[in-house]
Amino acid sequence: MTAAGLIFSNIHDRSIPELTRLRTMASVPYGGRYRLIDFALSNMVNSGITKIGVITHYNYQSLLDHIGTGKDWDLARRSGGIKILPPYITAYENSASNKVYTSRLEAMMGAAHFINRCTEDYIVLSDCDVICNIDLSDVIEAHAQSGADVTFVTKRVDAEKTILGEQTALITADKNGRVIDFTEGKPSKGIVNICTNIMVMKRAYLSATIADAAAHGYTSFFKDIISRSLTRANYRTYEYDGWYACIGSLASYFDCSMQLLTDSARTALFGQKNRPVLTKVRNSAPTKYCEGSAIKNSLVADGCVIEGTVENSIIFRGVKVGKGTVVKNSILLQDTYVGSDASLNCVITDKNVVIRDGRNLSGHESMPFFIGKGGSV
Amino acid sequence: MIFRKKECVAMLLAGGQGSRLYALTTKTAKPAVSFGGKYRIIDFTLSNCVNSGFDTVGVLTQYQPLVLNEYIGNGLPWDLDRAFGGVKILPPYQGHDGADWYKGTANAIYQNLAFINRYDADYVLILSGDHIYKMDYSKMLDFHKSTGADCTIAVIDVPIEEASRFGIMSTNEDNSIYKFSEKPKNPDSTKASMGIYIFNRKKLADYLIADENDPNSSNDFGKNIIPAMLANGERMYAYPFEGYWKDVGTISSLWEANMDLLGSTPALNLNDESWRIFARHSASAPQYVGDSAVIENSNITEGCEIYGTVKNSVLGTGVKVMAGAHVEDSVIFGDCVIGEGATVKYSIIDTGVTVGAGASVGGERGDGAEIAVVGADIEIAAGATVEAGAMLSE
Repeated sequence: MTAAGLIFSNIHDRSIPELTRLRTMASVPYGGRYRLIDFALSNMVNSGITKIGVITHYNYQSLLDHIGTGKDWDLARRSGGIKILPPYITAYENSASNKVYTSRLEAMMGAAHFINRCTEDYIVLSDCDVICNIDLSDVIEAHAQSGADVTFVTKRVDAEKTILGEQTALITADKNGRVIDFTEGKPSKGIVNICTNIMVMKRAYLSATIADAAAHGYTSFFKDIISRSLTRANYRTYEYDGWYACIGSLASYFDCSMQLLTDSARTALFGQKNRPVLTKVRNSAPTKYCEGSAIKNSLVADGCVIEGTVENSIIFRGVKVGKGTVVKNSILLQDTYVGSDASLNCVITDKNVVIRDGRNLSGHESMPFFIGKGGSV
Repeated sequence: MIFRKKECVAMLLAGGQGSRLYALTTKTAKPAVSFGGKYRIIDFTLSNCVNSGFDTVGVLTQYQPLVLNEYIGNGLPWDLDRAFGGVKILPPYQGHDGADWYKGTANAIYQNLAFINRYDADYVLILSGDHIYKMDYSKMLDFHKSTGADCTIAVIDVPIEEASRFGIMSTNEDNSIYKFSEKPKNPDSTKASMGIYIFNRKKLADYLIADENDPNSSNDFGKNIIPAMLANGERMYAYPFEGYWKDVGTISSLWEANMDLLGSTPALNLNDESWRIFARHSASAPQYVGDSAVIENSNITEGCEIYGTVKNSVLGTGVKVMAGAHVEDSVIFGDCVIGEGATVKYSIIDTGVTVGAGASVGGERGDGAEIAVVGADIEIAAGATVEAGAMLSE
């Protein structure tokens, strides 16, 4: 049983405009040293998938830089490996691909060449807004056994305890796991079954679906294909019960990040045997804790120099925290520089932000104070 | 094969046993011993080569090569996975006229003259895999060319009272060498050889062949080749190097070099963007520092989980320091667990060691105190005591 992967790097960009102004959802930094695509890529690589197409749309410079040749995921392969699939416009008028796609389905039409050339039996699709460590070979196995056309990985969550996006995909399945309803929205209470947008289908089915959609001029994968053929096709769910985070807004980014300060989330995401989360190597030195530093309940990447106090925070690679500075409940992205005697609470700094000596910044967990890339305070 | 002449080929001597590191080198060659949290000793010379623009490096291995071979692999972490050149492991081999181990440093290069000739190199840079330093070899090569030397030896100024521990070069004002004394009792110079040589390839080959034909030779650069060249009046120059340099061939010097990384202005700065030290990295999560942790003046690597106290120490990848544990003045290599309430003081702990709950390893640092060493994969039972200065190996 062989499978290839297809990752959508830009879908959901709009849910977190602060962090995607200059990058794709796939290259949004997360968890100290990762980018969101690392989780989708690692899940695939750890499940034996070694041919992966990454669909990009715009803003993908940071993504190209992150992926490089793919060697950090062992995807610099002669056969297979990682393929970036940028938008594709032909020189001919009125051809099927004479405009840059706007939807998942159109993106797949643009990537039809990649999909059709795969020889693998199955295609696993994944977006980049979902963070989990899932054994996809189990999903593929279940998909093959059930004979379904499409298997959607779902996750049960308590709507009141989870920050959901406005357009959350919700799936209702019967007791045998067959999908009977598919809606989009933002439920406010109760246990809901969320579609993680991780899907498995037969490659032949996907190829045929794309060809059919092109012929009919369909544009939406969920509205025009899935919803319309719920009764005819065999759509099933695979319930994932591990730790899961979905980033739908800056507030949920903050919440999903802070969950990593719990043992259970860290073990579920990083502590899975034979399923490491792989990312680009940056060659940072070990982190330096200087005389007078005090640090509690924090996740700290390498290459940092900590001279002040850090509590309940996520500190990315190469961050400097000066003497007498107190950082609490904050997320400091790569190479943030915080001078001395500053105070930060519920702050998210993007890359290369400079906070000068003595600055006092505070947000709230429901509305973290965000400083854009390269900003200086 | 695309052929492009290489001006200079680096030969890295990595075959020594490193017997003065005792338990740390029972399973590993010295160049592959961990250093500074996430590095191996050899990373410094390999990174120096790459940063100096030298892309062809032969690594001569002999003793316990398994870990070293795997570590170097195809050279990718150092950008030495090249279509032509790059890093190549050179073990002893069986030739047409028989097979031999590397009998000495000079013999190791002699046996690999074909490797050097293959690149049509004009110069050969000889390096040791057991020194910690950052050095631009291209400047040394420029110096070598400008003096028109046959051989250039990098030297570092050492205090006169320590000079008798080194090979000492006596030089004229223009840095030309007129005398070389190996570990002299009464040194007349403070210029110590750093074990880094640049030779003109043809001259080197001549001397290596002559040396090989001498049955009484111990086939060593310091003992045979350099004295023979001096005796014959070849042009030999000392290249003065200033900066951090440490031979980490002993337990205490390895410990000291690790301690030199600590503090906000360390003697050896690894956060230097202009001269990065590359290493093969593990896919570990960022380090997690718990609520009860106390960390002072320490370097800690990704994958660590700290719930106890860590002071003046260097921790490698994936070390767990449990609640109530106390680590001080120590170097812990990687993937170790320091159990609840355990104490580790003035020690070097190799990879994969488990220190049981409440156990005690090492003693206070102070005058005359000795460093305790725990070899790889040893389990220290809960409540057990490992005395100061102890040397444990499997």
